[in-house]
Amino acid sequence: MAAPILRRGFPGGRWALVWIHGGCRHRNGAPTGPTLGSTRGRSSVAQQSLQTAQKPRKGEHKWETVVGLEVHAQISSNSKLFSGSKVCFAAPPNSLVSFFDASLPGTLPVLNRRCVEAAVMTGLALNCRINKKSLFDRKHYFYADLPAGYQITQQRLPIAAQGSLKYSICTGQRRSQMVTKTVRIKQIQLEQDSGKSLHDDLRCQTLVDLNRAGVGLLEVVLEPDLCCGEEAATVVRELQLILQALGASQANMAEGQLRVDANISVHHPGEPLGVRTEVKNLNSIRFLAKAIDYEIQRQISELENGGEILNETRSFDHKLGCTVPMRDKEGEQDYRFMPEPNLPPLVLYDTSCLPAGADPQQVINIDRIRDSLPELPSVTRDRLVGEYGMLPEHSFVLLNEVGLLEFFQNVMKETRAEPKKVTNWVLNTFLGYLKQQNLAVSESPVTPSALAELLNLLDRKVISSSAAKQVFGELCKAEGKTATQIVSEQRLELMQDREELERLCHATMDEHPQVVMDMKGGNPRAINKLIGLVRRASLSRADPTVIKEILERKLSP
Amino acid sequence: MTSRGLDQQSQGQVRSFGVPVSARPTVSLPVSAPCRWGGCAAPANRVPGSLPRSEIRPIETLGVEALADGPRWLRPCNAGADVDLSAHQSPGPGVDRLNTSIMLGRTLREVSAALKHGQITPTELCQKCLSLIKKTKFLNAYITVSEEVALKQAEESEKRYKQGQSLGDLDGIPVAVKDNFSTSGIETTCASNMLKGYIPPYNATVVQKLLDQGALLMGKTNLDEFAMGSGSTDGVFGAVKNPWSYSKQHREKRPLKPCGDGDGDEDSSWLIAGGSSGGSAAAVAALTCFAALGSDTGGSTRNPAAHCGLVGFKPSYGLVSRHGLIPLVNSMDVPGILTRCVDDTAIVLGILAGHDPKDSTTVQDPVKPFVLPNLTDVSKLCIGIPKEYLVPELSGEVRSLWSQAADLFESQGAKVIEVSLPHTLYSIVCYHVLCTSEVASNMARFDGLQYGHRSAISVSTEAMYAATRREGFNDVVRGRILSGNFFLLKENYENYFIKAQKVRRLIVNDFLNVFNSGVDVLLTPTTLSEAVPYAEFIKEDNRTRSAQDDIFTQAVNMAGLPAVSIPVALSKQGLPVGLQLIGRAFCDQQLLTIAKWFEKQVQFPIIQLQEFMDDYSSVLDNQKLTSVSLQQ
Repeated sequence: MAAPILRRGFPGGRWALVWIHGGCRHRNGAPTGPTLGSTRGRSSVAQQSLQTAQKPRKGEHKWETVVGLEVHAQISSNSKLFSGSKVCFAAPPNSLVSFFDASLPGTLPVLNRRCVEAAVMTGLALNCRINKKSLFDRKHYFYADLPAGYQITQQRLPIAAQGSLKYSICTGQRRSQMVTKTVRIKQIQLEQDSGKSLHDDLRCQTLVDLNRAGVGLLEVVLEPDLCCGEEAATVVRELQLILQALGASQANMAEGQLRVDANISVHHPGEPLGVRTEVKNLNSIRFLAKAIDYEIQRQISELENGGEILNETRSFDHKLGCTVPMRDKEGEQDYRFMPEPNLPPLVLYDTSCLPAGADPQQVINIDRIRDSLPELPSVTRDRLVGEYGMLPEHSFVLLNEVGLLEFFQNVMKETRAEPKKVTNWVLNTFLGYLKQQNLAVSESPVTPSALAELLNLLDRKVISSSAAKQVFGELCKAEGKTATQIVSEQRLELMQDREELERLCHATMDEHPQVVMDMKGGNPRAINKLIGLVRRASLSRADPTVIKEILERKLSP
Repeated sequence: MTSRGLDQQSQGQVRSFGVPVSARPTVSLPVSAPCRWGGCAAPANRVPGSLPRSEIRPIETLGVEALADGPRWLRPCNAGADVDLSAHQSPGPGVDRLNTSIMLGRTLREVSAALKHGQITPTELCQKCLSLIKKTKFLNAYITVSEEVALKQAEESEKRYKQGQSLGDLDGIPVAVKDNFSTSGIETTCASNMLKGYIPPYNATVVQKLLDQGALLMGKTNLDEFAMGSGSTDGVFGAVKNPWSYSKQHREKRPLKPCGDGDGDEDSSWLIAGGSSGGSAAAVAALTCFAALGSDTGGSTRNPAAHCGLVGFKPSYGLVSRHGLIPLVNSMDVPGILTRCVDDTAIVLGILAGHDPKDSTTVQDPVKPFVLPNLTDVSKLCIGIPKEYLVPELSGEVRSLWSQAADLFESQGAKVIEVSLPHTLYSIVCYHVLCTSEVASNMARFDGLQYGHRSAISVSTEAMYAATRREGFNDVVRGRILSGNFFLLKENYENYFIKAQKVRRLIVNDFLNVFNSGVDVLLTPTTLSEAVPYAEFIKEDNRTRSAQDDIFTQAVNMAGLPAVSIPVALSKQGLPVGLQLIGRAFCDQQLLTIAKWFEKQVQFPIIQLQEFMDDYSSVLDNQKLTSVSLQQ
């Protein structure tokens, strides 16, 4: 759940003091908020002492780690969850704000059908139980970019629950083994996004942009089934692919359409779970993995050095590569959840219980959504493996790189080259080039058609594979030339004229009698040298297999 | 009475309130059975079965002699009616067009007819009302008078009438709106410092619907801050004075004060208007408009209607849009209607009711404007009398009138039975938890950032929030926020909020059981007594007062039922007393039809303010109230 981060009005130094006296912060922190030190706060302290009472047992036991994720995905929709305001990234500040979004008194929420459908799709794709009746709740906290003073969410009865998500990670020494694992989905809930606060420390002011306030979010809560940064990163990537395949969310982390909070704790095997910390607002998969791994290490070394873990919220400083405590939640925050009285229960139907004569605009049929679900990433990968005979790990790479699958499929459409060859070229030559240049697939100078043309030339043996690499390099310069043009301009075609090839072989043999002698003397490697010499003489345009054949014939007794 | 179930078949449950009329089945209840709610010693009360036949005839057939010995509640109304009913007669062609002040005392329907017939123009009517608003400014009924808006609307309305393109019954009719409905371009304050100067950019759906029908918006009426109160005494703009304080009927009958107290005493003897829609009630009662919107969360429309001698209607929850109504308790709030007669309420309801895409809690079924039929036969009706509503605090007069009203129904052939709403007892405390919890939540948006008051304190955002809310809200609002947040705390939620919700369900079920047993409407008092003087009212704090005053009205909001308060008679002090009819959910039309019949039987008098208004300035001089700027 999106928890508030209250940062303003308290310089870091003052807060740091509170951390030093962390033991009594629950009592100290209370007066400014309505939430007095709650039982939960105390019980977590008790847990801490249980943890720290044990003497550090360095190396005595291995540590087990428990990682849980809460993923917020912005729903891809024309309008907001409860208002008609447009949803658009990077619009001028406060240009997409309805009266409801600004919480003008007397305004009421009206649920956006599209957001409900996106939630149902996601629930189905994640094997969830779709609740035919779900409820909305208010979650209260004061923050400048939350104009109503509460967020409408689904705390008690979410739209979907009890699902699972399969993901595969590479293991083994050479990371060549794929292992499939499952993480359980606790629930999926619909909720409002908050606005954005921009803190201008210099002028001591906060600027509020409400464009994002009220945008529909899917909060996907995962059970703490993960154990490391890599697993978390893989799961989030898989979820991202699913959301994108469904069109439920663009799930672009850089634009904040996918944000992750991670809960992390460590404990000794067979002992109770440790105190957990929450690392909030992780907005890149790489940082997610780094933050989790850092936090695990930090907790272990803290405990091994006799320290204790506080139940706190931390953020990841990607410049320093470490997590740092956030100043938030005056003591234990109590969100004072309450049913949202302005929204009746959200009721969904399936074909069996569809009310007769119901206005199709007013009902959502789960079965119809299920029937129209697009192909999900796992199915796509299976299809790639089955259809093109590619290795499973290759299918993962194709899907994981944004746009690469589409690129691959477009190349396949225009080439008669072997799928394996195309896969190789796309994954090694093409992707390798992009990585080296730090480009996205969409930024590639080489179009699928251009690559297809090149692969066709190769397939028809017009050029050698080394010439093909050369042509690819030329294509990357993006000078507007086609592969065929490059081949003819640079005279890269394989020599098709047999007589000329024979002449070339002959001349080469004459020039290098010593090598010929070696070969005749039984040195098997000599023929390769000779082939190389002929190719060089042909300016790499000769097909080595043909050369070999000619040479062998010429040298045979 | 035995406490058997509510099964209507059980004849033993059927209570007798009068002489059985031979035309209907004989009621088998022993006459000697003690009548818990009606068997008290109020002077006008009587042993069941002893009522003389003549008393139950419709009032208009009664002669003066009959009245002399008739029940007390019938007398004053007839006396009043004698004077004013002349104005009720449909104006003939010879009506003096210039004597527009007569128009002001009429019902919406009558003045609508006059507008259609060209007997008065919208502008004349508007000006007349505006002038009366100025004259009655001391009542404090209005927070904002939207004179310019109203005159412009009147002008447009007049054009329509001239072109024969009237928009309907409401075209050109002056109306007032409680100041917790958003009005585009017109300040909407909720009588709170927090919203002083707040000008909403949109109209509440109900306001828009009135304007779309050509109604003239005279202004925004006074209330308790954020509608939290039952007297209209706790707003930042001061208390509303009940127009009946200045009526001939009351002045002649009120207890005389010892001599020598002089004008100061005169000033403090004014009565509260009831609340929280007291401004709307006072505005209609003082004849400054023909209908007003109130809001009703625990009785806020019905209570001031009863105190001001008006029809106060609370529609079924979900029938009328709340969009634009600044909420008190979202799950109980409904826009209320205050008019001078039931037919007028029906006209306004016909326009306001129906689905609003902006309010998801409104029902989908289409609602059309309707005309209430004239009920002639009530013999098929079953009227329930909830025994739990007979509370010790109920004044003798109200109890007596309640009893007589039941007799009236019964004498006309309706079946009147005692029913039980066993969880009524818990209603007020349950309401307290639910109300304050929603208040705490609803008020969270008033942080001084987007709109409304913002404190100058800017040490930190948190300090600004705290100061803004301390300066912006009165003690009542802050108290409710504090309680509400307490109930919503994680550790308390289960024990308070969830429990209160369960009790609410029991209260709803009480009503369902009664209605399922065949009862058509429930008849209850609206208030414990007639309006009390301000000086007396403020002896108790808001919380105590609200808890007491909502006692008969508030359970209805829990259950979302329609209910209407009908003025039935004047008390000994010449003050209005209202009784409440509660109907089945979404049977609003049936309820109003019965209310219309009842209204016709009781013939409540019109407030006699006119003659006294003709001489207003001198009266005011006497009262040293000239500081109220009438010249403005």
